[in-house]
Amino acid sequence: MKQLLVFIRKEFLHVFRDRKTLLMLFGLPIAQIVLFGFALSNEVKDSKIAVVDYSKDIMTRQIINKVGANPYFEIESNLKSATDIDAAFRKGNIKVALVFPDNFSTDLIHTGTATVQVIADGSDPNLATTVTNYISTVIADYTASLSLQEGHPVQVQPEIQMLYNPDLRGAPNFIPGVMALVLMLVCTMMTSVSIVREKELGTMEILLVSPFNTTYIILSKLAPNLLISLVNLFIILVLSDLFLDLPVKGSIVLLVFCSILFILTCLSIGLLLSISAKTQQAAMMGSLMGMMLPTMLLTGFLFPIENMPLPLRLLSNLVPSRWYFIIVKQVMLKGLGIGAVWKETLILAVMAFGLFAISLRNFKIRLQ
Amino acid sequence: MIRIEHIGMTYDKGRVVALQDVNLEVNKGEIFGLIGPDGAGKTTLFRILTTLLLPEKGQAWVNNYDVVKDYKAIRNSVGYMPGKFSLYQDLTIEENLNFFATVFGTTIAENYDLIKDIYVQIEPFKNRRAGKLSGGMKQKLALCCALIHKPDVLFLDEPTTGVDVVSRKEFWDMLKSLRKEGITILVSTPYMDEATLCDRIALIQKGSILSVDTPEGIVHSFSGQLYAVHGQGTYHLLQATRGYEGVASCFAFGDALHATFKPGAQGPALQAYLQSKGHSDARVDPIKPGIEDCFIQLLNQ
Repeated sequence: MKQLLVFIRKEFLHVFRDRKTLLMLFGLPIAQIVLFGFALSNEVKDSKIAVVDYSKDIMTRQIINKVGANPYFEIESNLKSATDIDAAFRKGNIKVALVFPDNFSTDLIHTGTATVQVIADGSDPNLATTVTNYISTVIADYTASLSLQEGHPVQVQPEIQMLYNPDLRGAPNFIPGVMALVLMLVCTMMTSVSIVREKELGTMEILLVSPFNTTYIILSKLAPNLLISLVNLFIILVLSDLFLDLPVKGSIVLLVFCSILFILTCLSIGLLLSISAKTQQAAMMGSLMGMMLPTMLLTGFLFPIENMPLPLRLLSNLVPSRWYFIIVKQVMLKGLGIGAVWKETLILAVMAFGLFAISLRNFKIRLQ
Repeated sequence: MIRIEHIGMTYDKGRVVALQDVNLEVNKGEIFGLIGPDGAGKTTLFRILTTLLLPEKGQAWVNNYDVVKDYKAIRNSVGYMPGKFSLYQDLTIEENLNFFATVFGTTIAENYDLIKDIYVQIEPFKNRRAGKLSGGMKQKLALCCALIHKPDVLFLDEPTTGVDVVSRKEFWDMLKSLRKEGITILVSTPYMDEATLCDRIALIQKGSILSVDTPEGIVHSFSGQLYAVHGQGTYHLLQATRGYEGVASCFAFGDALHATFKPGAQGPALQAYLQSKGHSDARVDPIKPGIEDCFIQLLNQ
């Protein structure tokens, strides 16, 4: 037991004396939150909008007011004719234009359907899609309330429903992703260099010629990174609550418990890399290429997994962050309990202990 | 204390032979030197004896424990100082020592007597990180760490490589006092002058043991009389000496040449020959051979 403590103490000393790395470890989650939460958001705010209203009736005005009241839009100008739209786009100050045809409300009431033209700047496809989606949502909203008033359906609209994130905010989707990414990076990278560094510096050679306990060595390598990761988790949760308006809706105990499972999984992956790698550089590259890319691509927070071809979908099952991502979304954003995430939790637990057992078994007690 | 029988080892799937059929016996309480150039196989032999590598052929015992089967027992009872400084550079002297003491289940206080003479020299710097120590101090710290659990056998792999002359002398004095404690010491070195400080030595070259004896015994086994040739222009002198038909071997040794003769040839005759070849200041004197001379002679056999 004393041996374990002295091993752990030593690992903490290594970590705390490497100030630069330590700074990086704690700077990383903050940078990621700022990047993904604020700077790199894919939501479009205050899009300037131009309106051409040929109908000028109460309904078009209501719709225009609704669009203008939306925080994502700002009515820039009321144009007299559709021919002015082109010029307005060319000036570059509007992102989208709305054109209401003549007799808009008459058509809508009598025939049940009416058209509105939504013209977006296609030179920025992402932005155009986002903006037109916002508009459609607003219009759908309006027609729905109108149908209720009139007592009969006035327009057949595909029902767009955005549960938990009705206005397509970026942050709710990114925070679980950032959590998975940060924890994965810190755990895997830091652990992956820890054992191979001792091999490279030659200290492993001395350590092996001693009555060391393999489990103690491995546990001591995990301890500082587990602590750092928990601090990081705390930072992320506080930041997202304070600045992104995303508190933990579900049980914080459950979230922390699942996070520890995920952290242990990542630590074990790092250990395995560290045990098999010959140099620190190889271990670093292995964790970057081997873990960061799958975490980014196959977790589901950048690209939906459902849309991927089957081989990638199958592959994504092996990526631990995929399961953690689901857990965080369910527990943190939707406030669901263990009943909703027991399957994912179990998968993470199996991964964590399986990988830990494998690295324990693969730990080389000799130099060969 | 250490018994090595027919140990063989190769690297790169058999392409590089590191050790072949090595047989050695080291007695309890002696300083045994493994003398040989870089790449002779010294480190490989050390790693096999310290259970870090599995030998491909043969068997070896340390303290009556088999290096393959009883590796745990060996790891408990030996001290090992690798050739490269291998302590934690970001920990202080005291932290390093404490760490290894605890790993071996002991404390600094318990075996302080053993390391005292060495430790007092580095104690003033005990809060300095190991990475910031000079070569000599690093070496003393490494020795302290290897000794902290009072091992029965001490393995020192090239402990004096890269260490200044004064520290080297001090180091060998320390080894002498450790021998008094009954610790068996196996030490390797590429320096021939350190060979004479050992109780017994083994000359090793290309993975094979050439000779095992006391330093005196090795010197005595030198066959023939050795001569030193002094004179201006070592290179031309070497060419001229080698050109003399009575010379069996001739090598440059510092500022002199060491030469042996074929039966019948004599020193004065060589001196006359060299002078006739234009080396008017050439002088040929009989000298006593050193370990290095014996080593070269063994290599040429």
